[in-house]
Amino acid sequence: MREFAFHRAASVADLPAGATIIAGGTNLLDLMKLEVMVPEALVDITRLPLDRAEPEGEDLRIGALVRNSDLAAHPTVRRDYPVLSRALLAGASGQLRNMATTGGNLMQRTRCPYFYDRRMACNKRDPGAGCSAIGGVTRNHAILGASDHCIATYPGDMAVALRALDAVVEIDGPRPRRVPLADFHLLPGDTPHVETVLQPGEIITAVILPAPVGGQQRYRKVRDRASYAFALVSVAAIIGMEGGRIAHAALAFGGVAHKPWRDPEAEALLMGREPSDALFHEAAEILLRPAQAQGENRFKIPLLRRTLLATLRDATGMETQA
Amino acid sequence: MTRHLRVDGPNHDDRLDHMAQGVIGQPLNRLEGPLKVTGRATYAAEARPEGMIYGVLVQAAIPAGKVLEIGDAPGALAVIQDKRMIRYGAQGMDEKGPTSGPNQVEYMGQAIALVVAETFEAARHAAQNLAIRYKAKTVPVNPEAVTPELPPKKQSAVGNVDKAMRKAAFCVDQVWHTPAQVAAAMEPHAAIAEWDGNSVTIRAGLQMLSSNRKQMADALGIRESRVRLLAPYVGGGFGSKLGINAEAVAAAIAARELGRPVMVAMTRQQVFDLAHRRSETRQRIRLACDADGHLSGIGHEALVSSLPGSEFSEPVTQATPFTYQAAHRQIVHAVARIHRSPAGSVRAPGEAVGVTVFECAMDELAEAAGIDPVDLRLKNIPDVEPTTERPFSSHKLAEALREGARRFGWADRRPTGQRVEGEWLIGMGMAAAVRVNMLVESRARVTLVQDGHAIVETDMTDIGTGTYTILGQLAAEMLGLPADRVEVRLGDTDFPPAAGSGGSFGAASSGNSVYLACEEIRSRIAKAMGCNEADLTLQDGMARAGNVVRSLAELVDGTITAEGHLEPGKTEKSHRQATWGSHWAEVAVNRWTGEVRVRRMMGVFACGRVLNEKTARSQCLGGMTFGIGIALTEAMEHDPRDGHAVSHDLAEYHIPTHADVPALEVHFLPERDAYVGPLQAKGLGELGICGAGAAVLNAIHNACGVRVRELPATPDRIIAGLDP
Repeated sequence: MREFAFHRAASVADLPAGATIIAGGTNLLDLMKLEVMVPEALVDITRLPLDRAEPEGEDLRIGALVRNSDLAAHPTVRRDYPVLSRALLAGASGQLRNMATTGGNLMQRTRCPYFYDRRMACNKRDPGAGCSAIGGVTRNHAILGASDHCIATYPGDMAVALRALDAVVEIDGPRPRRVPLADFHLLPGDTPHVETVLQPGEIITAVILPAPVGGQQRYRKVRDRASYAFALVSVAAIIGMEGGRIAHAALAFGGVAHKPWRDPEAEALLMGREPSDALFHEAAEILLRPAQAQGENRFKIPLLRRTLLATLRDATGMETQA
Repeated sequence: MTRHLRVDGPNHDDRLDHMAQGVIGQPLNRLEGPLKVTGRATYAAEARPEGMIYGVLVQAAIPAGKVLEIGDAPGALAVIQDKRMIRYGAQGMDEKGPTSGPNQVEYMGQAIALVVAETFEAARHAAQNLAIRYKAKTVPVNPEAVTPELPPKKQSAVGNVDKAMRKAAFCVDQVWHTPAQVAAAMEPHAAIAEWDGNSVTIRAGLQMLSSNRKQMADALGIRESRVRLLAPYVGGGFGSKLGINAEAVAAAIAARELGRPVMVAMTRQQVFDLAHRRSETRQRIRLACDADGHLSGIGHEALVSSLPGSEFSEPVTQATPFTYQAAHRQIVHAVARIHRSPAGSVRAPGEAVGVTVFECAMDELAEAAGIDPVDLRLKNIPDVEPTTERPFSSHKLAEALREGARRFGWADRRPTGQRVEGEWLIGMGMAAAVRVNMLVESRARVTLVQDGHAIVETDMTDIGTGTYTILGQLAAEMLGLPADRVEVRLGDTDFPPAAGSGGSFGAASSGNSVYLACEEIRSRIAKAMGCNEADLTLQDGMARAGNVVRSLAELVDGTITAEGHLEPGKTEKSHRQATWGSHWAEVAVNRWTGEVRVRRMMGVFACGRVLNEKTARSQCLGGMTFGIGIALTEAMEHDPRDGHAVSHDLAEYHIPTHADVPALEVHFLPERDAYVGPLQAKGLGELGICGAGAAVLNAIHNACGVRVRELPATPDRIIAGLDP
């Protein structure tokens, strides 16, 4: 670990220039020990008053420092946004969820093993160095939205549910703004080291959930063991039914791209239709049309189709009829 | 006085059954448990000798070649490049240190130097940022890409399996792949070395101190008497600490050079790079049987890998020659020489993957022949060891199969794919468990003190298995003392050399040496009592013979000390010794996602005398959990281009979590094996692993009809065989 300066922020405005923000530190500290990240200064924000989740009109405003375990257990979240509760509880381990924060979780780095290994070339770590994951062990890599420069995935679960919920990220800084979560994370393109729109000097202060949409909410995560493993694929689904037809559908996908993935065309297909396996297969076809395997992660294509199908059967009540 | 025994013949005395204290076999809590859960048990890296500094291993970033130059390390005390540093760890029971000369790189991640600094963080930072120049060499890293060696001693054939296959009523001919696995002990490898004059004391995480001491002396080029090793508490080994490794040698060299105590602890990433892996295997199994399910042919062909020149190769087929009988038999053992991290003993080397795959093949044959899998096994149990015609020292497989079937409710098993609960397909599977048994020479010293307490001393280790407790129980039983009146001192080469912990032989080997020492003490007490030792009853600090009752205080003048010395003897050759059992599993397979959940799992085991029912059960729980790992979750991935270990921490190398492991059931069959020493106890640590994964995999097939022959059975490999 490289030596670093440490500053404890007294207010949101008190962020030293060039300092890297640390909250729960569940990912950053690992990366610093490996010297994959070598910040010269850290600013600890855990004393800032950003640890409440409170109503804001019809919305729910979740402070950036609300811990994953607290958010998962929050009565409003459990009642009105159960997909978020489920996604949070599907992530990491109990110990990590007790430390990890809402804002920090959005900033979680990829789990690409080549990113973590300084012996390996990585465009994220060292722009222009090349990507050694391509042609290597690619089990946890992207099938959607990857580029020749980077095939890493965004590894988190919480953000996948937030994407389905149309969450908005509140950013403070020289130019306070709100960014839809859809636009917060970036695809790798030829700048895979730029993962979010957050600029130096900016800080995530909250995540806003719009008014509850109800419906059946599911978070289905398929992984290599029953707990404490990153998603091979995951599906966050919010399905509203009216008169036996799908009246509302929001679907977001994890483990498959550099950001939580969403496909408006696949959702639009479902609207107003009666649920059926044939319909769900059609939606999966649309979703997976641009999918591209990277060697051994080829299985993610059928696995995502199957997981989507299972989730939709469940959320539309087909599974219980069966 | 030393009481020596070579196990040349049977012992039917059942003496421990006739002792009066009644503590042997009891499910006592671990003696050291309170120390461990309160953080007072000091593991290798937890001592803090005055002036200690920190070393971090520098690792090669090329798969093979030569280190030409290593640059400076600003902020560090030293960069140590010493030709005595070792390239990889010693194998278990090696008498010499492993190959030295770290400048020659044999695999990516090999230790090539040590950086020492005042703090761990500074040392690590310097080690991670050294400028190193290499001359790299192109080497093979994939086992399938090289022509393997066929060591002549490891091949065997009787009859003609090809012919048996042609004439068979039913047969199986399939190929399985198991991935590389790592021990993943909770405690990473670590050592603290401290010199006093020309003698060095090394605290380290090690399993077998007496051979480790020889290895260390040889590696450092000093006399064995100059090396003292301390390993009173070891946080798991699972084979990875059988031999010394790079960190302990480097710590000793650095401590000498810098004149201060030096600690070298590996990071988890370094453990994955440097500690032994279990080789990946490719196994072709051919089974032929007649219409009634009697086997006529058994073929087991294994391909494993290891570094060029390594004598160790995963003994995949170890149990195949004696588990089932067949007139035609063939064993092929091929070794691919490749440059991945060194291969060595990990959690039941051989049977862990060999029996697992073989028992999957048996399930396939049962299906092909339309015979119940339990019946197929029962039909093929040999009376004597096939080929050698040696008798078995004991044989409990049939009983384990029948008892298991009854307890698990095997009769309720339904045909493949017929039990459905919502999205989940439910199935049951079983497998035989078998593991070779061995004894290893072992010594212990026992001192009985007049006030009615005893001290056991041996350089045996307790790597989390319960050695402290069982040796204490043994001495308490033999000397007639309450268990809490026996103090057990382990893990110090100043004590008599023991077998060490490995190959499941630790408890029986070291236990027999304690037994013998106690027998000698009993003889001395008997003499003072004026009776034969056989007529002496010791209980609660009192000695009784006929009508005479006297206290130990009257009989012992100060202390009585005796040493016990056990050596394996003729029974090692005259009898096939093994432990037996059966594994049972019920799983649920998700029909959409291919996720597998183990819902119930049970093991029935026969291991001779059980010394402590609780610690024995814990060993089996761990073994069965490893079985779940082998079947469902564990794989060390290696990069196809340079062979480096890609899975780099416990988030990526998937040992089973609690959520993967249901409540496990363990049952022991009462057994006294007469050919394994007076304890009549055999090894147990590894038996729970051997075949456990097969029960899970066979249950998957019963649930959904999918045969996974490339392990582990992760969702991708299940959905490949499920309906769309």
